[in-house]
Amino acid sequence: MPERQPAEMVTITIDGAAVEVPAGEMIIKSAEDSGTYIPRFCYHPRMKPVGMCRMCLVEVETPRGRILTTACNMPAAEEMIVDTQSEVVQKAQEGILEFLLINHPLDCPVCDKGGECPLQDQTVAYGPGESRFVEEKRHYEKPIPLSDLVLMDRERCILCARCTRFSEEVSGDPLIEFVGRGYSTQVITFPDEPFASYFSGNTVEICPVGALTAKPYRFKARPWDLDAIESVSMVDSSGASVSIETSQNEVVRINGIDNDKTNHGWLSDKDRFIFQAIHSDERLMTPMIRNEAGVLHAATWGEALDLVADQLGSVRGDEVASIGGANSTNEEAFALSKFLRTVVVTPHVDAQVGDSLRPELLVGLSNRAEIDDIDLADTILLWAGDLKEEFPSLYLRVRHAVTELGAKLIVVHPRRAGLDDVATLTVRYRPGDGGEVLRKLASNDEKYAAARNLLSEGKVTAIVGLPGRTEDAALPEAVAAYANSLPGAKILPLARRGNVFGALDMGLAPTLLPGRVHVGNAAGRAELESHWGPLPADAGRDTNGILAGLVSGELKALLMVGADPVRDGRDPREARRALSSADFVVSFDMFLNDSNQYASVILPVDGFAETEGSVTNVEGRVQKVNRIVPGPGQSRALWSILDELSVRMGGQLGAGNAAAIAKEIATVAPAYRSFNWDRIEWGPERDGVVMPDGDGVQPLQYEPSDPGLKAAGGRLTLHFGRVLYDGGTRIAHSPSLAALAPDPAVHLHPRDASALALSDGQIVDVVGDEASLHLPLRIDATMAEGAAYIPANLDSTWVFGATQVVSIANAGGGE
Amino acid sequence: MSFPLILTQRMIDHPADSHLIDVYEGAGGYDVMRKVLSGMTPEQVVAEVKSANIQGRGGAAFPAGIKWGFLAPAEPRYLVVNGDESEPGTFKDRQLLERDPHQLIEGVIISSFALGVNHAFIYIRGEYPKPARRVQQAVEAAYAKGHLGHNIMGSGFDLDVTVHLGGGAYICGEETALLNSLEGLRGEPRLKPPFPAVEGLYAKPTIVNNVETISNIPWIIDNGGEAFAAIGDENSVGTRLFSLSGHLKKPGNVEVPMGLTWRELIYDIGGGIRDDRELKTWVPGGASAPWFVPEHHLDVKVTKDDVAHAGSMLGSGAVIVMDETTNVVAAAHRIVKFFAHESCGQCTPCREGTTWLENILWRLLNGAGRQSDIELLLDICDNISPGLAWPPKMTTICPLGPSAVSPITSIMTHFRDEVQAMVDLAAEPASA
Repeated sequence: MPERQPAEMVTITIDGAAVEVPAGEMIIKSAEDSGTYIPRFCYHPRMKPVGMCRMCLVEVETPRGRILTTACNMPAAEEMIVDTQSEVVQKAQEGILEFLLINHPLDCPVCDKGGECPLQDQTVAYGPGESRFVEEKRHYEKPIPLSDLVLMDRERCILCARCTRFSEEVSGDPLIEFVGRGYSTQVITFPDEPFASYFSGNTVEICPVGALTAKPYRFKARPWDLDAIESVSMVDSSGASVSIETSQNEVVRINGIDNDKTNHGWLSDKDRFIFQAIHSDERLMTPMIRNEAGVLHAATWGEALDLVADQLGSVRGDEVASIGGANSTNEEAFALSKFLRTVVVTPHVDAQVGDSLRPELLVGLSNRAEIDDIDLADTILLWAGDLKEEFPSLYLRVRHAVTELGAKLIVVHPRRAGLDDVATLTVRYRPGDGGEVLRKLASNDEKYAAARNLLSEGKVTAIVGLPGRTEDAALPEAVAAYANSLPGAKILPLARRGNVFGALDMGLAPTLLPGRVHVGNAAGRAELESHWGPLPADAGRDTNGILAGLVSGELKALLMVGADPVRDGRDPREARRALSSADFVVSFDMFLNDSNQYASVILPVDGFAETEGSVTNVEGRVQKVNRIVPGPGQSRALWSILDELSVRMGGQLGAGNAAAIAKEIATVAPAYRSFNWDRIEWGPERDGVVMPDGDGVQPLQYEPSDPGLKAAGGRLTLHFGRVLYDGGTRIAHSPSLAALAPDPAVHLHPRDASALALSDGQIVDVVGDEASLHLPLRIDATMAEGAAYIPANLDSTWVFGATQVVSIANAGGGE
Repeated sequence: MSFPLILTQRMIDHPADSHLIDVYEGAGGYDVMRKVLSGMTPEQVVAEVKSANIQGRGGAAFPAGIKWGFLAPAEPRYLVVNGDESEPGTFKDRQLLERDPHQLIEGVIISSFALGVNHAFIYIRGEYPKPARRVQQAVEAAYAKGHLGHNIMGSGFDLDVTVHLGGGAYICGEETALLNSLEGLRGEPRLKPPFPAVEGLYAKPTIVNNVETISNIPWIIDNGGEAFAAIGDENSVGTRLFSLSGHLKKPGNVEVPMGLTWRELIYDIGGGIRDDRELKTWVPGGASAPWFVPEHHLDVKVTKDDVAHAGSMLGSGAVIVMDETTNVVAAAHRIVKFFAHESCGQCTPCREGTTWLENILWRLLNGAGRQSDIELLLDICDNISPGLAWPPKMTTICPLGPSAVSPITSIMTHFRDEVQAMVDLAAEPASA
């Protein structure tokens, strides 16, 4: 556990009762923690106080008599005496509410906030009960769009600055601001600059009135009709806690939950609005079998499972492979792992889709960081993908550590990254030159002396991952090895898929057995065999090896579990070759995709909000996910499909329900000995529990390496980095988000553009080894020289796949 | 009445060109700076200012020497001269900026030396283009002479001065709003603590002093703090510039020693009421100040404490005199309208309450008042300034909201019958 300095405690008196509170803590929080609620609008525990709404006025005894002051910015000091309910305070509270209401439209019956509105609630509790205002109210045009997602009703706004503070202080993209003053003050965007923030939905959630509303929820439900359940967002692996809210069996809203260990209550708009895909008309409703003519038709579960059992049973176990499982729960992943290793009997199991890091690095690191280590670091080394695009929750945590806690930040990236504006130091490099940069950083090279100094002062937390898809996985591993050599350093290796860390922990990796036991660990394997019976002795193939094996014919059959290797893997052409070479492909999925068009059988599975279980985040923290709606049509939980399949294949999975699987995980997976649902669902550990390293962890050796990606002959190395809003299945089926994917472009450093005689905005031909694209050119001074940046995961760009170097020329060909 | 004209003598001697550096230096200007930089320690300068016991001339009348003592040791530190003179009725700093900018600059140099400041800012209200131009020209002239810049007079002391023009907001006269404005932020008062002397401009220790306060510094150092303290009254010393306006025979800026009575200031200095009408009421210290009336206040002394005991303040030195023909409800409405217009909008009571007050007064003035409006006005005031006491309590961050309360409590206290008459007028049938 990361340690924190305990605060000095002082004794203060609140309404006559003595309470012990940390010195300097704001009275509003001290009072709340000791059971006295002081009403408020602008105060938010995750932001700096502004004392604007004046609702939290209290009286404090001072040597100069009683003073009336706001509790949100009054720090607790020894022997302070606070009165939250004096006559003066009550009169002031009534007065503030009257002032807030005189210009409020009181359109509560048609306001989405009605029923969960702090202004309503506090008016009931502290308000004057009648209005003395007979003048004309302030009028504004009713809601105006601030962005594609968020609308602003300025008549309802009480000008508390929660939204503007959030976007300035927390998310760092202050696209909304107060304009005007006094009675004419309003919150608005800048001309021609929409509130296009990845985090805009948070402002809607923290708005204490119905001024800010988000399109996906507007007029969808009344708060008193909502059912809600706590869960964890599976958009990425950061483990953001969410509340899933439904009306009439339909998810209508996701809100953030303040998990002190992960998201602090904030969500990216992708986490918040991607629920729309759950109820997409495109969801698979029944099992599908492809007929002789290659056409899919609906089948019964019996027909489909018979066919799958028959096909998988007709080949040797080790001719079967499985890709995917990183979007499933731990229980589902465990069932899959057990099914593959004991029923099918194959070692060729990989939850990652060929674009990620070695599983031993991801889950077997002895100095593995918790997310809280970001807060405790003196210096943060960030050499990974752009967190703002790939890990928005971690982006906010690093931003917070730098801007509020004073950490130093070094960002190493091929171009501008989301945190550059708060970085102490940025290092740019051309993809392929990372090994050289690392060697110079680790040696005495003058160029990186400043970075080395920062890394030698105090605690370092290194966040490592693949900066882009053209980078070799050896680079982040070498960076981790370097960071490991710094005294006291903690390392947070990144992999992005929702529950990829849980899947690896459950043994969905070619080299790992459940509970972080390496397949080469004879004692560990023997222990598992005592529960499961004989297991394949060797390490299996990873996804790239599986695809190669299918092409060569060494492998015959493939399971794809929530995986789309064509779209999502390292090389779309190789994936297509592999899938069309396979004798049999079965896909467990929620949607049709580019890969399961090659599947003989497609089985509909339950997804987020439809399954109960647990997930494990990037730091190894296990949290509970919950089911609040049924899956559509005949879709089923993955574990139950596998259970039935195992029976048909003459095996026995014994997965009676997800809770039973959870118990088996604790029994057979060493790192998960202390895991049980009750522990993370109820009581003090609801923020989740980090699974300890356990006895299965192998000491890992790293060799810094140089992938040597070079571009010759005037060509440019490709930086193929991800963006948040992509062309992926779930975004495509979330109407509010689908339109937000950026238009593709190729970015070049000005000197490279001028060497090629290209100008900003013109359409260019980008030619790789196997694909080419027409793209507009963006001249981007933040680029490393000699590199071209193309967003990797857009609908039109993913076809570049394994391309590493490109040439770029004027599309007209006119020179 | 014998006293030196500390601030305005040069303007009287050189009515056409007192703002030019040659005229200033010809009259001994910058000699004090030379004396300080060549022979005094910062501690000696601070000691003189403390012994002068000069109260700040911006409005709050806080002793400047004591304020200087609060300056935290962190580096760098800043001196900011508050020339955002925007209080209705106040125009004294304008004269100092326009007519004797070098006196101010010399004061800035001496003060900066004393405070360990190497960069000072002179913030001038946006509606003062001519004073700003004069100060800018004076700063340039001082640079050209080597009075500003690097290693002034070989003393090793460096000082840069930046002149900054506001954007047209009264609230930027509040010192922390002024600092926000200087930093390019919205002009909104900051939560205190921290106070500027600890965390001010760019979060560094900062002293904010009024133009008139700093303009007094050369004389104080030249003549000694005790000489300054000997002028005026024991609880408010020195001379002070008052901006006399309204129904007076001789309106304008006057420099007088502290401690006159209001009768002397209005009738002797201001020449009495125009057309020899009766004095009805006056605002003793800028639009924020509760009004005085002749029945009670003519013999009150013009000092900080005497005026405070009588329930008002000297504020920015603006004396607005109203004669018997004045509609006090209209006067109060005009002042409240000003504060409503100038509210920054941060605090709910000020943002919403001041405009509500303005609207009710407007109805009263236009024959649509209700009997309940009298109590309503007072209760809204009470919700902005609980207890309606003096000095005011506040439900707001800064005193702008409570400032709008002063004219209303003033008319309710002294002219309730006239307010009632407005209500009665409205109650009469239109046909009568």
